[in-house]
Amino acid sequence: MHPASSVILFTTSAGVGYGLLFLLGLAVPTGLIPAERWLGLAAMGLALGAISLGLLASTFHLGHPERAWRALSQWRSSWLSREGVVAVITYVPAGIFAIGWVVFETADDAWAVAGLLAALGALVTVVCTAMIYASLETIRQWHNRWVVPVYLAFALMTGALWLSAVLHLFGPGTLWSDLLASASVLLAWGLKLVYWRAVDGDTGISTPESATGLAAFGTVRLLDPPHTQENYLLREMGFRIARKHADKLRRIALAVGFAATLIFSALAVLTSGWPAASAAVLAALSGSLGTALERWLFFAEAKHSVMLYYGDRAA
Amino acid sequence: MTSLPANRPERRLGLVIDLDTCVGCQACVVNCKEWNTGGYPAPLSDLDPYAAEPSGAWLNRVHTFEAGDGAAGRTVHFPRSCLHCENAACVTVCPTGASYKRAEDGIVLVDETMCMGCGLCAWACPYGAREMDVLGGVMKKCTLCIDRIYNEHLPEEEREPACVATCPARARHFGDLADPESGVVKLVAQRGGMDLMPERGYKPTNKYLPPRPRRDRTGTTGAPAALENAAPDGGFLGWLDRALSR
Repeated sequence: MHPASSVILFTTSAGVGYGLLFLLGLAVPTGLIPAERWLGLAAMGLALGAISLGLLASTFHLGHPERAWRALSQWRSSWLSREGVVAVITYVPAGIFAIGWVVFETADDAWAVAGLLAALGALVTVVCTAMIYASLETIRQWHNRWVVPVYLAFALMTGALWLSAVLHLFGPGTLWSDLLASASVLLAWGLKLVYWRAVDGDTGISTPESATGLAAFGTVRLLDPPHTQENYLLREMGFRIARKHADKLRRIALAVGFAATLIFSALAVLTSGWPAASAAVLAALSGSLGTALERWLFFAEAKHSVMLYYGDRAA
Repeated sequence: MTSLPANRPERRLGLVIDLDTCVGCQACVVNCKEWNTGGYPAPLSDLDPYAAEPSGAWLNRVHTFEAGDGAAGRTVHFPRSCLHCENAACVTVCPTGASYKRAEDGIVLVDETMCMGCGLCAWACPYGAREMDVLGGVMKKCTLCIDRIYNEHLPEEEREPACVATCPARARHFGDLADPESGVVKLVAQRGGMDLMPERGYKPTNKYLPPRPRRDRTGTTGAPAALENAAPDGGFLGWLDRALSR
C-alpha cells in the first residue's frame, strides 16, 4: 500500500496527542500531576496541537476536503466515520478539562469528570483509527488482531515519552512518568515484534487461481496486463518494498524507535536536572521518529488482494 | 446511507462473463470508457492523455492470463469490473454516505456530489473495481450503465450496459440474477458459473463462466490422421519423389 505522508503524519501526530491526552486526563484529576497553569498550558497545548495537526493532515489527501464534514454521518457502518465522530466529541471534555486546568488551576469535581471523559475519548479514538485498517479484509497485514493493540501501545508510548519530557521541562520530572515512558517503549516494540512475526507467518487465503476461478487448469500467470501505464490501483495498492529492504528498515525502526528511545528514556530516569530533561526530550523525539518509521512500514509492507490480478501469488 | 439493504434485493442486476468466448479485443473497455466519459454525471477523466505516460480512470479492464501448462493449459482473457457484491465492503466503509447499494436492484453506486475522495472504498474492494478520478476528486466505478438500462429515450433493445452492447464475441450477458427464469441464471446453471474469490464471502452478483473443456478427439471428425503416400514405388510421381529426395 502506498505510504502517503499525510496519513503517516495523521496517525503518528494524532497518536502522540491522544496518548498524551489519555495520560493527562487520568493523572491530573488523580493528583499525580499538579494542576498548575504553565504546565497545563504546555501539556494541553501539545496534546491538542498534535491532535489537531494530525486531524488536519488527514484531510490533505482528500479529493474534496470541503466535504470532510460529511464523514461524520456514517458512524453506523464506517470506522472512519466513527473515528471522526469520536475525535470531534473528544474536543468537548478535553477543552473543558483544559480550561479548568489552565484558567482555574483545578482538576476537581466536574473538571475531573471532564478529564476522565477526555481520556476515554482519546482511547476510543485510537481504537477507531486502528479499526479503519484492521477492518479491511482485503489487506492481510492490516486485518490482523495485533493491529489495534499495536496502535494503542504506540499512542501510549509516544504520549508517555512526551509527558515525561513536558514534566521535565515545565516542572520537576517525576519518577513514575519516566518509568512509565521506559515501560511503554518495551511494551510497544514488544507488541510490534509479535505483529511482525504474525504477518510474516501468514500467507493469506487467496491466490490468482481463486481470484480468476481458473484453478482447474493449473497455475495462473499474468500474460498480458490490462494497461501499459501505471493506473490508480497500481499507484495506490501496488506499492511494495523488497523483502531485504523491509528487513533493513525494520532494523532501522528498531534502532531509532526502540534502542535509542529506551536508552534516552533510561537516562532520564537515572539522571536529574538538565541532563534528565534533555534525555527525556531526545527520547520523545526518537520515539516519535521511530513511530513514523513504523507507520511507514505498516503501509509499505501491506499488500492488497487486487494485486493477485497483477502478478502477486498470494493475498 | 452506507448500511447495506436490510433485505436481499428482489432483483439483482448484474453481468455474466464468458471466459470461453472472450477474445480479449478490449472493445468493452473502450465502449465503457466512451459511454461513461460522456454520460452521467461527469467525465471519466484522464491525466496527460496525449503524453508519454497517460493515466486515467477506467471502469472495466481486461487482463490476459495463462492457466496451466502444455496441451492442458489455456490462455484466458479476463474482463474485470465491479461485481455488485451482496456483501459490498466498499459501501459499508464509506464515511460520507456517498457509496450505496440500491435496495431495488442491487446496483452499487457512488453519489459523486457527496464523495470526498478519501479512497477507503477502493482499499475495501478485493477486486480493484473502483478507481479514483484524480481530476474530479471523486471515486468512480461501474454503474452497470444505469443511464442506459433504464433509459426510456433509448430503443428497448439498446437498454443494456455499454460493454454488453459492444461485445463482438457475445461474451458478456446482462440480466437479473435473482430471476430463475432469466437467461443469465440459466446460463450460469448450464455452464457452471462461478464467483471470484468465493473464500472471501463478498457474494458477488456477477458470475464468470469457465472455459469449456477442450475437444481433443479430432479423429471423430472423420478426417484422416495423415495423408497417404500417393505413389510409394513407381510411376512418374515415384521417380519425381526419388529425384527430389536426393
